[in-house]
Amino acid sequence: MDRFLRESAAIAQVELIKLLRDPTEMVSRAVQPVLWLVVFGQVLAHVHGIYTGDVGYLAFITPGILAQSVLFSAIFYGIAVIWERDLGVVHKLLVSPARRISLVFGKAVSAGFRGLVQAAVIYLVAFFMHITLRQEPQAIFGVLAGVLLGSALFSTFSLIIACIVKTRERFMGIGQLLTMPMFFASNAIYPLDIMPGWLRVVAQLNPLTYLVDALRGLMIVGGKSVHGYGVDFAVLLTTFVLLLLIAVRLYPTLVE
Amino acid sequence: MDTSAGSKGFAVKTAGLTRSFGSLTAVNHVDLAIPYGEIYGLLGANGAGKTTLIKMLTTLLAPTSGDAEVGGFGVTLSPAQVRGRIGYVPQLLSADGALTGYENLVLSAKLYGLPHAQRNARIGEALTFMGLADSAKKLVKTYSGGMIRRLELAQAMLHRPTILFLDEPTIGLDPMARHSVWDRLRDLRHDYGMTVLVTTHDMEEAEALCDELAILHAGRVAVVGTPAGLRAGLGAGATMDEVFAHYAGGGISESGNFRDAVQTRRTARRLG
Ligand SMILES: Nc1ncnc2c1ncn2[C@@H]1O[C@H](COP(=O)(O)OP(=O)(O)OP(=O)(O)O)[C@@H](O)[C@H]1O
Ligand SMILES: [Mg+2]
Repeated sequence: MDRFLRESAAIAQVELIKLLRDPTEMVSRAVQPVLWLVVFGQVLAHVHGIYTGDVGYLAFITPGILAQSVLFSAIFYGIAVIWERDLGVVHKLLVSPARRISLVFGKAVSAGFRGLVQAAVIYLVAFFMHITLRQEPQAIFGVLAGVLLGSALFSTFSLIIACIVKTRERFMGIGQLLTMPMFFASNAIYPLDIMPGWLRVVAQLNPLTYLVDALRGLMIVGGKSVHGYGVDFAVLLTTFVLLLLIAVRLYPTLVE
Repeated sequence: MDTSAGSKGFAVKTAGLTRSFGSLTAVNHVDLAIPYGEIYGLLGANGAGKTTLIKMLTTLLAPTSGDAEVGGFGVTLSPAQVRGRIGYVPQLLSADGALTGYENLVLSAKLYGLPHAQRNARIGEALTFMGLADSAKKLVKTYSGGMIRRLELAQAMLHRPTILFLDEPTIGLDPMARHSVWDRLRDLRHDYGMTVLVTTHDMEEAEALCDELAILHAGRVAVVGTPAGLRAGLGAGATMDEVFAHYAGGGISESGNFRDAVQTRRTARRLG
C-alpha cells in the first residue's frame, strides 16, 4: 500500500509540475465551458426553452457544464498517453519495477488536477454571471471529490480506448465519436424527465449522469440530487475501479 | 552488486526464444548466453528483430514460445524480479522534455524505490558520472541529443542494475558524443561490473566497444563471436562491414564466394 501510494504520487507529481510549468493548455480548455455558460446558457435561460422547475436554467446547467468540462479534458488523456508511448516514455515506466496499477492510478489522479482547475473556472464564471452557488464547506468539498472522481474515471476510460486503438489518428476519430454522445445522452443540459424513454435509459447507464446529478445537488442553492449522493458516488467509484482494473491489464499492451 | 543469482554465470540466457506478429516471426528460436560483465553487441539489418528481442528481455513483450532468464530470473515467470535488476534505454529518446534532468532522475529514483536518504546522493553521483551536473536544473528539451542520451544512461544506472539494455544508444550522435557514451559504458562496466547489451548499426562501435557480438538475420542468430574472431573467420583482412554484409545482408550467402571477394579486394587495395 505504502509502495502503491509512493509510486502513484511520483507519477502524479510529475504531471502536476508539467501542468504548472505550462498552463496555456489549461487556459485554452477553460474557454469552452465559459462559452457554454455565457452563450448557450444565457440564450436558453432567456427563452425559457427548457423547464427546470424552481431552479433557473443557468444555475441548472452550471453543474452540467462543469461535468462536461471534466469529461472533455479527461478524454484527452488517451492522446497524451499515445504520445508518450511514441516518445518511449511508456516503455521506460513499464520496465521499472513500479506496479502497473500505480502507473495507471497516478495518471488518473493527475487528470484530477485538471478537473479541479476546471471547477475553479466554473465557480469564477458563475460568480461574475451572478449565478449563486452553494458555499458551505461540505458542499464545496463534495464538489471537489466528485470532480476528482469524475476526472479519474473518464481519464482511465480514455486510457483504455488509447490502448485499444493504439494510434493518435484513430483516437481522434473515436474520441469525438464517444464524447459528444456521452454529453448529450446525459442530464448535463436538460433534465432526465424531459427525455424520450429510450434516451433516458441510455442516460441512466452513462456515468456522466451520476456526476452531474451529484454536482447538481452540491452546487445549486436549493438543488437536490435525484438519485441521492450515496448512489451517485457509489456508481462513480465502482465504475472507476472496474475501469482501473481493465486499464491495468491493457496499459502494457501499448508498447507491444 | 547482485551478480550471484543463479543461471550459471550468465547475465542473459535465452532458450528457443521466439516472438511472432501474425504470420511474421520477428524473433525465431534465439539461443544466446551473455556472461556477466560483458559488453555484448547485437547487430542486424533493419527489421532483423533486435528491438523485439530486447523488448522480450526487458519484460515489455511476452515471448510466443521459448524463454529467457535475465539476471537469473525468468522473464515470464518473475518479471518483477527481472525489472528490478535491469536498466533500459529505448531506441527512442525517451527522457521527458518538459521536465528538468534532475526531475527525470527523481522520477526514476521513486519508481525504482530508492530509499529517500540515498536518493539525492545517487542522483548527484549519476549526474556527475554522466557529465550533466551543470545542466541538471535545465529543461531536457533544451539538451542536445548527446546530453539526452547521457541523461537516459543516468536514469538507467541510478538503481545500479546488473544488466543494461541499450537499443541503438548512439544513433544520431556526433562522433564526440558517441565516444563519450562509449567511455561512460566502459566506466559502468569497470566501476559497477554492469553487463551491457547494446544494439547498433555502427560497425566501428561494434568493434571498439563490444567484447562479443551476435548478428541477427531475419529473426535468427546468424553468428556469434568476438569482433576479431568474426573478422578472422571471414578471411584475413576482412572488415566488420564485410562481416556484417556477410551474415546480415543475406545478399551474398555463399561464404566461399564472399571470401574470394574479400581476398580480391584486399589484393586490389594492396596494389592500388
Ligand atoms: N508490434 C509489432 N507488430 C507487428 N510487427 C512488428 C511489431 N514490432 C516489430 N514488428 C516487426 O518485426 C520485425 C522486427 O522488428 P524489430 O523492430 O525488432 O527490428 P530491429 O532489428 O529492431 O530493426 P531496426 O534496426 O530498424 O530498429 C520487423 O519486420 C517489424 O516490422
Ligand atoms: Mg530496433
